[in-house]
Amino acid sequence: MARIEGVAGTTDSRTALTVRRVIAYVVLILLVIISLLPFYLLIINATRGKVQTGLQFYPGKALGGNFKTLLSENYKQTYGDFFRSFANSLIIAAFTTVLSVYFSALTAYAIHVYDFKLKKIAHTFILIVMMVPTQASAIGLYRMLKNMNLLDSYIPLIVPAVAAPAVYFFMIQYMASSLPLEIVEAARIDGCGEFRTFNTIVTPILKPAFAVQGIFTFVSSWNNLFMPQMIIDTAEKKTIPLILQIMRANIQSNPMAANAGVMNLFMVLAILPVVVIYLILSKNIISGIALGSVKG
Amino acid sequence: MKRKSISYAKWGYIFLIPFFLVYAVFSLAPLIQTFYYSFIDYSVNTGAVASVRNPVPAADNVVNNGFCGFKNYSSVIGNGGIFTESLINTMILWLIGFIPQIIFSLLLAVWFTDIRLRLKAQGFFKTVIYLPNVIMASALSLLFYSLFTQGGAMYELIYNITGNEQSWLNTAGGSRVVVGFINFMMWYGNTTILLMAAIMGIDTSLYEAAQIDGANPSQTFWQITIPLIKPILAYVLVTSMIGGLQMYDVPYIIGGKAGGANGKLMTVVSQIQQGKNSAVGNVAALSVLVFIVSAILGFITLKVMDDKSVKTRYNKKKKKKA
Repeated sequence: MARIEGVAGTTDSRTALTVRRVIAYVVLILLVIISLLPFYLLIINATRGKVQTGLQFYPGKALGGNFKTLLSENYKQTYGDFFRSFANSLIIAAFTTVLSVYFSALTAYAIHVYDFKLKKIAHTFILIVMMVPTQASAIGLYRMLKNMNLLDSYIPLIVPAVAAPAVYFFMIQYMASSLPLEIVEAARIDGCGEFRTFNTIVTPILKPAFAVQGIFTFVSSWNNLFMPQMIIDTAEKKTIPLILQIMRANIQSNPMAANAGVMNLFMVLAILPVVVIYLILSKNIISGIALGSVKG
Repeated sequence: MKRKSISYAKWGYIFLIPFFLVYAVFSLAPLIQTFYYSFIDYSVNTGAVASVRNPVPAADNVVNNGFCGFKNYSSVIGNGGIFTESLINTMILWLIGFIPQIIFSLLLAVWFTDIRLRLKAQGFFKTVIYLPNVIMASALSLLFYSLFTQGGAMYELIYNITGNEQSWLNTAGGSRVVVGFINFMMWYGNTTILLMAAIMGIDTSLYEAAQIDGANPSQTFWQITIPLIKPILAYVLVTSMIGGLQMYDVPYIIGGKAGGANGKLMTVVSQIQQGKNSAVGNVAALSVLVFIVSAILGFITLKVMDDKSVKTRYNKKKKKKA
């Protein structure tokens, strides 16, 4: 990290540096404001009443009332049960995450540890399909499920997580750097079965990779609008983004009836779990981004 | 004495089964179906839906006229075809978000990695600028929608300044700027971090040499940093294009089903969602075109990632972590 200081700070280059530093901080602070303002507004608006005119930067007094409305029978009629939609999103995101990290690790393990004929082809195949967006096959999936009467179920939202090429890509990179084959050899000599070796010896080593990819998978499943919108019809099965979409339609069709305070409260609660996870683990997340994450 | 070696190859195959089985059922088969539908004249007329909240599964009236060659393709590509129109919309929205994104990300990445500048609180800044990326795009968009819609706070503000009664969301330009801005906000942090990783991989002696030769910051930037991070820049560009092609949540929440007041927020993927139960053949053809475009972009990404400099950079990072 030793990079030499400026060739003896003449006053000239010193002032130039100070000017650059000031500019950098000003731009950064502006960007911080831009990035945080929406969340600030969401929180403030969640404490305000049904009709909100103009921007306001201090909290209102309607938070308790908004909570009551959010849990009321009336709200249930319009948007469905609040806790239900949370539970739905949570179930889908949790299962997706577990399946995705476990099976991606298993797939990467197969390619990393074993030697077999189709190894290279399998690896290349997965890298290629990593680039195919799920939306490209969505219409085929929809028609297929419709013909088989499997629509309106969580299976097509959860099970595909088993085949997650991007997570696989991360796992295999991680294994190349932190999973020495000697460990597997040693386990074999001790008479440990292959599947057991993976479950009891390899998965603990992969924990950091599980954490990073688990967060990414959870967040993208929690936030997903496209696939649930395609597949879910029944109100009781709707996830949070689908409720947001109904709210949006209601603002447009009947702006007078829309309760801005309650909507903002719902949005705050919708993003809260992810924000909390992010703030706790932001260091791991940020170092995970640069490590070969291919973004959709 | 050599131990008799046991072949473990079969375990490799066994462990690959879940991935390939699920991929075949939920991705490959649907993809083949999509290709199949793109060549047949197939559409659906659904019965009226009782309510938005509780759609009654009405009996569908399927019109299937069998194989029709490239008719679906010509109708989605031709003048005013849904693919052409929505691809142009998507590209404009992507550009409005991407241009400021790459400018600010480069600037921030250079500042964060500049040893002479020695910016403080870098961890805080990085955490904050990446934050919008993990937030539910639908929620963020709904907030912007409620701010800019008639009677919203931003609407009032714009009205008070310009006296224009038209909501931004009802104009092509205004609604595009709103969507582009949300996309910028969500992605500049991510791009900054990718670019930082690239710049930190550059040999520091190059910067030292430049400094001794009296190069100023902008010369260093254009003649050392940019040429050396070209592979990562290409990677960022192409992956952002792939992501842009899949743009859905933000324009959908801002523009609604119809894609805004004049349909300018109708993206390629919105068409798939809107047409899933109507013009199936056309939407399938559009999906195949999305597939082809992504395949080309994906191929470029793989080529870029194969580039040695990118590879060693990844390896370097990994070693540091280990």
